[in-house]
Amino acid sequence: MSVLVNKNSNIIVQGFTGGEGTFHASQMIAYGTNVVGGVTPGKGGQTHLDKPVFNTVQEAVDKVAADTSIIFVPPAFAADAIMEAAAAGIKVIICITEGIPVGDMVKVKAYIENKDCRLVGPNCPGVITPGEAKVGIMPGFIFKKGNVGIVSKSGTLTYEAADQVVKQGYGITTAIGIGGDPIIGTTTKEAVELLMNDDETECIVMIGEIGGQLEAEAARWVKANGNKKPVVGFIAGQTAPKGRTMGHAGAIVGGADDTAQAKMKILSENGIHVVDSPAKIGAKVAEILK
Amino acid sequence: MNLHEYQGKELLNSFGVRIQRGIVADNHKKAVEAAKQLATETGTGWWVVKAQIHAGGRGKGGGVKLAKSLAEIETISENIIGMMLVTPQTSAEGKKVNQVLIAEDVYYPGDNEPEEYYMSVLLNRATGKNMIMYSTEGGMDIETVAENTPHLIFTEEIDPLIGIQAFQARKIAFNLGLSGAALKEMIKFVTSLYTAYVESDASLFEINPVLKTSDDKILAVDSKVTLDDNALYRHKDLAALRDLREENAIEVEANAAGLNYVDLDGNVGCMVNGAGLAMSTMDLIKQSGGEPANFLDVGGTADAKRVETAFRIILKDDNVKAILVNIFGGIVRCDRVAQGVIDAYRNMGDAIKVPIIVRLQGTNAVEAKQLIDNSGLDVISATEFQEAADKVQEVLA
Repeated sequence: MSVLVNKNSNIIVQGFTGGEGTFHASQMIAYGTNVVGGVTPGKGGQTHLDKPVFNTVQEAVDKVAADTSIIFVPPAFAADAIMEAAAAGIKVIICITEGIPVGDMVKVKAYIENKDCRLVGPNCPGVITPGEAKVGIMPGFIFKKGNVGIVSKSGTLTYEAADQVVKQGYGITTAIGIGGDPIIGTTTKEAVELLMNDDETECIVMIGEIGGQLEAEAARWVKANGNKKPVVGFIAGQTAPKGRTMGHAGAIVGGADDTAQAKMKILSENGIHVVDSPAKIGAKVAEILK
Repeated sequence: MNLHEYQGKELLNSFGVRIQRGIVADNHKKAVEAAKQLATETGTGWWVVKAQIHAGGRGKGGGVKLAKSLAEIETISENIIGMMLVTPQTSAEGKKVNQVLIAEDVYYPGDNEPEEYYMSVLLNRATGKNMIMYSTEGGMDIETVAENTPHLIFTEEIDPLIGIQAFQARKIAFNLGLSGAALKEMIKFVTSLYTAYVESDASLFEINPVLKTSDDKILAVDSKVTLDDNALYRHKDLAALRDLREENAIEVEANAAGLNYVDLDGNVGCMVNGAGLAMSTMDLIKQSGGEPANFLDVGGTADAKRVETAFRIILKDDNVKAILVNIFGGIVRCDRVAQGVIDAYRNMGDAIKVPIIVRLQGTNAVEAKQLIDNSGLDVISATEFQEAADKVQEVLA
């Protein structure tokens, strides 16, 4: 098993013919991902990377049974793209775009609340199930198949964690980049829950950062559900000053309760195996799974 | 992006929010003219001179003064303009005051006692909805109110799809203990304030205090406005209000070069790809006995030009004793980054006087390490994260 994406996912790329969309779609296809087409309004009927281009997401759903979408649309139009996917009945929507106005995401979140879909991101590296589907911008070769699930707000830190896990002789079930924006579709808790319910996943790596309450919420849920699988936690930003945005729009310390230190304390109290150094993630996983 | 008080108030006013009126001036002569004009327009007999800097707590540092005559306007303005204003929210050296707001006196006597309230509009990250936070305890630090009397802080969450409703505005006005004309004024105030927040793509409005005057008007006496940088593309008029003098000069330069940079106080500079990895690198520097001098995300394309720009920006800080480059190569290949570092180093000649530790991991990491090691340059290479940290520790020792 795996979560969110696998070899049977019918994936379309929104923003297919643009620079980012073209580059990453070819990488995804080269990885063996089942990309069934793409959407670029006004370019319907053309063929791009040997796949059909559609004007609308609905058309892609009707003609090639798309059920998963990855979005590379520029920030000004990305919110609209997410809502289009949700309205067309796409089940898993993965939005890579960085820099979407928060006001747009407030509307998107309310709009998709009662739709039968799951949004991952925005401002995320995507989701990868090694050996089956790479629906994102991560370097595929780092992620070897295995039994460790990863949930992370950060792109390169996800690669770092996966690399460390693999070098310890283990592998990844699914790695979920949930994104670093203030409003994201899938929360840390929801992503952890998916992996907790996945039979193949034996250990979960949860990588968070300063700002917001998502990691604390996830940790409390893990404990309330009986700590069924070991979770290794790391929080980036122990040295970040208060009130400054650290790259990710959501990475900002607002009060005493969303510092790295406060989050690490809550994680520990809820039975998460907290590492204080990003260099120790892989070693901690190995120590637990040994 | 932050606005000055006077800019924030003008923004609010353009959406129908009543404000304490004022005119901004950048020298004491203009301040006197502004005071005269304001007296004519509003009938005010006294004025408040308010330093315009991007920091709160200005009154505590002597940046807000009452003036009862034009002569006082002149002396007070002369004293404030050009001063280094130190407040609880600035650094120890303070912030230079470039302009003052000459504002009407709104605490005039009348039938009722003036009353102050607190009101802010912001995103509730837990629900993904905007909310109005308000309190009867205006004019004080809201963190103090939250600590001592949390039951006096109320919140009202707004449905993004239908916006603020009349019953919500009424509820806020009633919770603030208002009735009669003041109640009606507050309903209009709250509704306009929320509309302004949404329409201007703000990420924070803080009005402290909101004042009920002695004749039952409701108005904003102060304004703290933060706008969403990602939405400025559709608000060219608001983007033009940016005051670069209020920002860190190195950060402004870095941003112009497309680098995500935050200036910090430490002694080890760093250059990293990705925000999460950059923060983690800062943490690891600290654990190695150093202190991070900056946050710097170079993004996905770490070519020679970008690396050189980043080096130059990091080295503007004299406290930097070493630089740690930490790149996890995914799509971007490590050997290309390594070449970028080598080219940048050669271009800069003698400008680099501190040890540089380069850790490259991911795609073509081995080739990258060889390139660095064979370059003949004074660059220390590493592949593992901990190894890089240990090398930082060595060079600092």
